[in-house]
Amino acid sequence: MKMPEQVNRLAIVIGILVGVTLLTRFVLIPRSLVSTELHWTEAAKREVAKPVKFAGSTVCQDCHEDVAIKKAKGFHKTLACESCHGPAIKHTEDPSAMKPPAPRDRKFCPVCHAYDSSRPTGFPQINPTAHNPLKPCISCHNAHDPVPPKAPRECSACHAQIERAKAVSSHALIGCTTCHNAPARHKTAPRQALPSKPETREFCGTCHGAAGKKAPKEAPKVDLSTHGGRSLCWECHYPHLPEGRV
Amino acid sequence: MNERREFLKGAIIFFPAGGVLTALAREAAGKETVGKDAPGTDAKAQPNGKKAYNPADHWYGMGVEIDKCIGCNRCAVACKAENDVPDQPFFFRTWVERYTIARSGNVNVENISIGPQLEKAQDAREILRSFFVPKLCNHCANPPCVQVCPVNATFTTPDGAVIVDAERCIGCRYCIQACPYGARYLHPKTRTADKCTFCYHRIVKGLQPACVEVCPTQARIFGDLKSRASRLTRFMRFNKIHVLKPQLNTEPKVYYAQLDGEVR
Repeated sequence: MKMPEQVNRLAIVIGILVGVTLLTRFVLIPRSLVSTELHWTEAAKREVAKPVKFAGSTVCQDCHEDVAIKKAKGFHKTLACESCHGPAIKHTEDPSAMKPPAPRDRKFCPVCHAYDSSRPTGFPQINPTAHNPLKPCISCHNAHDPVPPKAPRECSACHAQIERAKAVSSHALIGCTTCHNAPARHKTAPRQALPSKPETREFCGTCHGAAGKKAPKEAPKVDLSTHGGRSLCWECHYPHLPEGRV
Repeated sequence: MNERREFLKGAIIFFPAGGVLTALAREAAGKETVGKDAPGTDAKAQPNGKKAYNPADHWYGMGVEIDKCIGCNRCAVACKAENDVPDQPFFFRTWVERYTIARSGNVNVENISIGPQLEKAQDAREILRSFFVPKLCNHCANPPCVQVCPVNATFTTPDGAVIVDAERCIGCRYCIQACPYGARYLHPKTRTADKCTFCYHRIVKGLQPACVEVCPTQARIFGDLKSRASRLTRFMRFNKIHVLKPQLNTEPKVYYAQLDGEVR
C-alpha cells in the first residue's frame, strides 16, 4: 500500500518535532534542572536561612551569671529564660536595642500555676481568684528562685483524693506516717524522693493479726496463717478505705 | 511554499534557544556542586573548629512525656513567635490538646491552644482522668503528605525533618488532607502548605526547637536518634514509648511516654 505523498511529509515533520522534543527534554535540559534533589537542597537552604528568634538558654548566662546561678538551684531550674521573657535574640545581638519584657502582673504566673484538674498531681497550683487577690506574684515569690512561703505540711495538699477517702474510713484516725515514711525531700521533689510503702502481711498484722496489741479492740482480727493464703493484704483490701466498718 | 518559509523561520529561532538551554545547563550543573554541601554551611570547616554540619549524620526525633505537660501552652506561643505562624487562633504548627475521659467512657478532646486557657466548669466527679497531650507534626519516616504531593514540594531532609518548599508548593491542600495527624495548614498569606519543621533553621545550628526551648517542665525532648548519647535516645531508653496511630504505618518520629490509649 502506498501512502499519499502529503501523509509522508507530515510524518517526517511530526517525527522531527517529536525527536527535537525528546532531545530537548533528555539531552539539552540537564538532569540537575529537573532533579528534585537539587530543588530540595535549595529549599532546605532557604529554610536554614530563616531568622532565629529564641537565643537559647545557654546564651543568657554569659552576661546574667548571677541570675543563672540563682535559678539553677531553684525550682525553676528547668525553665529557659525565654519561657517567661520571650524571644530575645535581638537582645543578645545588641543589649541596648531591645530589652526583653519581664511579666510582673498577676496574669502571667497562673498560665502555669493556676489550678487545672488536667495538670499532673504534685505540680504547684493555686486558685488565682482566692490566692492573695490583687497582689502581684513577685511581691511574695521571686520568679528566679520561687519558694512556696511554706512547704506543704500535710499530705492532703497533694494527695487530696486519698485524704478524702481515708477521712470517712475506719482508718480515719491513722496518720499517713504510720504506714508511709516520707523523706523530707518528698515535699520539694515528689517524684525523686518517694515515700515508703508497707511491704509485708505482717505489717497489717501488727494491728489486725491475732496478736495485734497495738490496735484498739474494735479492729477486726484475722489469723494471718490462714487468712488469704499467700496474697498480700492490699491485693484484696484498699488500705485507705477498708471495707469493714465498726 | 509559504509554510516551508514559516517552518524555517521557526527553526532559526529554535536553535539559538537550544544554546540558551545549554548555557542554563552549565549554570545548573555549577549549582549542583554547591547543592552537595550541607545546607547553610560552607564546604570548608567552620572557623570555630567545629566540623561542618552534615545532615546525613543525623536523624532527628522528638520525645513527649505526657505526665510532665502542664498545659501552659508556652510551646504553641513560642512556635508562633519563632516561625511567623499567623496569630489567628486556628493556625498551629504545634498545639496542646486536653483529653478528658468521663466515667461514662466519653472522651472529650479540646485544643487548649485555641480556646480558653482554663477548663470549663465540669462536674469533677464525672471525670475519670484528664491530661494534656502536646501535638505537632510527627515527621513520619514514611510520610503520607510527601507521597501525595503532586509537585514534590514537600520532602524529608536527610536529617529526618519533613519540610515544605514554599516556592514550589502550589497550595492544592492535598497534603493537608493526607496528614492523619492534622499537622498541616494553609498559610493565609503565602497560600502554601505550612507545617512544623522541627525548627530546621535552629537544629542545624545546634539549637533546640523553640517549643523544646521554652517548655517549663521539659515535657518535650529533642534529639538525634543516630547518636547514642542524645537526650532523645536516653528518653527512649528510660521510658515506655508509644507513637500516635501506629496502625497507619507512617512510622512517626514523635515518641510519647505515658500515652493514654484514648489519645488519637
